[in-house]
Amino acid sequence: MSQGIPKRASGAAMAAAAVTQNIYKGANNKALVGGIMFRLLLLSALGIAMIAILAVIAWALVEGAARVNVGLFVNNPSSFRPEEAGYRPAILGTVQLIAGVILLIVPLGVGAATYLELFADRTRWYNRLIELNIQNLAGVPSIVFGILGLAFIVRGVFDLGFVVAAGSATIAILVLPTVILASREAIRAVPSSLLDGAMALGATRLQAVRKMVLPSAAPGMLTGVILAVARAIGEAAPLLLVGAATFVTFDPNFWQDGYSALPVMIYNYAGRPQEEFHTLAAAGVLVMLVVLFFINSIAVWLRARYERTW
Amino acid sequence: MENNNKVAGNEVFSLSNMSVHYGESLAVDGVNLPIYENEITAMIGPSGCGKSTVLRSLNRMNDLIPGAKVGGQVLYHGQDMYGPEVDPVQVRKLIGMVFQKPNPFPKSIYDNVAFGPQTLGMKGDMDEIVEGALKKAALWDDVKDRLKDNAFGMSGGQQQRLCIARAIAVKPDVILMDEPCSALDPISTFKIEDLMMELKKDYTIVIVTHNMQQAARVADRTAFFTVDTERGEGSRVGQLVEFDETSKIFSNPADSRTLDYVTGKFG
Ligand SMILES: Nc1ncnc2c1ncn2[C@@H]1O[C@H](COP(=O)(O)OP(=O)(O)O)[C@@H](O)[C@H]1O
Ligand SMILES: [Mg+2]
Repeated sequence: MSQGIPKRASGAAMAAAAVTQNIYKGANNKALVGGIMFRLLLLSALGIAMIAILAVIAWALVEGAARVNVGLFVNNPSSFRPEEAGYRPAILGTVQLIAGVILLIVPLGVGAATYLELFADRTRWYNRLIELNIQNLAGVPSIVFGILGLAFIVRGVFDLGFVVAAGSATIAILVLPTVILASREAIRAVPSSLLDGAMALGATRLQAVRKMVLPSAAPGMLTGVILAVARAIGEAAPLLLVGAATFVTFDPNFWQDGYSALPVMIYNYAGRPQEEFHTLAAAGVLVMLVVLFFINSIAVWLRARYERTW
Repeated sequence: MENNNKVAGNEVFSLSNMSVHYGESLAVDGVNLPIYENEITAMIGPSGCGKSTVLRSLNRMNDLIPGAKVGGQVLYHGQDMYGPEVDPVQVRKLIGMVFQKPNPFPKSIYDNVAFGPQTLGMKGDMDEIVEGALKKAALWDDVKDRLKDNAFGMSGGQQQRLCIARAIAVKPDVILMDEPCSALDPISTFKIEDLMMELKKDYTIVIVTHNMQQAARVADRTAFFTVDTERGEGSRVGQLVEFDETSKIFSNPADSRTLDYVTGKFG
């Protein structure tokens, strides 16, 4: 009896060793190599993206840093004194343009997303058609929206003329799908138990949505709006079609003809033969990059600040 | 046995031949069930037999599920609850609901309780309404010093009692509870059970539970549901097997399936 015990114990120890031999590193070299390769692939993808953005920033810094001064922001453009020329009307134009875009996309984007997520009956064909359309619109090239704006907003139905308002409306339509998709995502992230809880207390659907769902989705929606604004600031092609001029020497007015915008102005300067104008264009790029970086930082901060686990 | 019988009060709900469809599929069928005033009625049965479905049909929360359709008759104090002139929003004001997973609003404790009365435009001093509801839910002493704190900072049991307080604050007639303790520890569970015993003096309570001891402890009457096996392959239609006083269901049920279930042979 007593002799049998150590024997059995060692038998058990061997069995245990057989089980545990695979828990050590290096037991499965094939998987290890595969894992390293996959990681390298991912890192190189990330690296290419990073190099591209860093190259743009470095180029703008090297080329444009010399022209970053007060005059860059407050002076009017000039076609024969590049060392004094600035972006004043373009900056004011972009500010007005974006203000108009925000005024349009916040109610329209939130409204459309709320309808589609919380009120639309998915079984109806027209609601599915609307959803499909919005998803497709997000991928349409921006120049197409420029043509649309020219035909229906500048001329045609709305007949606003070549004014900032028309530019705002055109850019708003361009970024609206993004806002709607982001807002729907934000609404979907709010658990339905919130809506159910409010409605179980006798709130109407509208009350439950307004007081519970939308406030909870607001940070996510705001993030979508900010990212859309970041995109709107950079758009040049559709603006050229709806009347943004590449060269304006007076301050814009929302409802009057004649305005410019930062990317459009940069395009003008970059196209001139003199080296000084190229420096000016690079300085303009730098300004835009700083603004975009700032806006995106706000979006990231908002997302982190209001992130909630339900 | 005979002298043991409870005296049935008014029928708050009377379900006759009630059924619920989700789209094309029939979830429960042929339910005949009275629910009496100031009692706790428990619904027990294996999962998927339609307990939650029947419960949601009692305050028209089923209306929120696309495709859900209630058939047969549901009378509430003698009125057809699914009549064309009935406003489901008004129904839900009178018949509150507590959910399986505590779902406090992402607001302060105070605002959670005040949300209902404020939204419904109830008259009266809001501080008093909130305090009264929290006291009735046996939560006041726990939270009176942190009413402005976010409700998410409370324990699960406290959150569930907050949800009960929130329901009480709108002065309902009935409180429906769908497995209110399934996410809670035993101590929190006992607290909620105590609370239910207290609340039934003022309210009619219907509770779904998968915990048979819980039904035995708190319920005056118990309804046993199961999936009807006689409807052929592939169909999973819930049915009410037996409804009786709780003591009868657990000691001397009329149906053998009930006996199997309460003695743990099945389910
Ligand atoms: N929202 C829903 N949509 C479709 N079918 C559902 C829905 N809720 C429940 N069902 C179906 O109805 C039946 C009963 O479900 P339920 O009432 O949740 O049962 P229980 O609460 O007894 O577990 C199940 O077969 C389930 O799949
Ligand atoms: Mg259930």
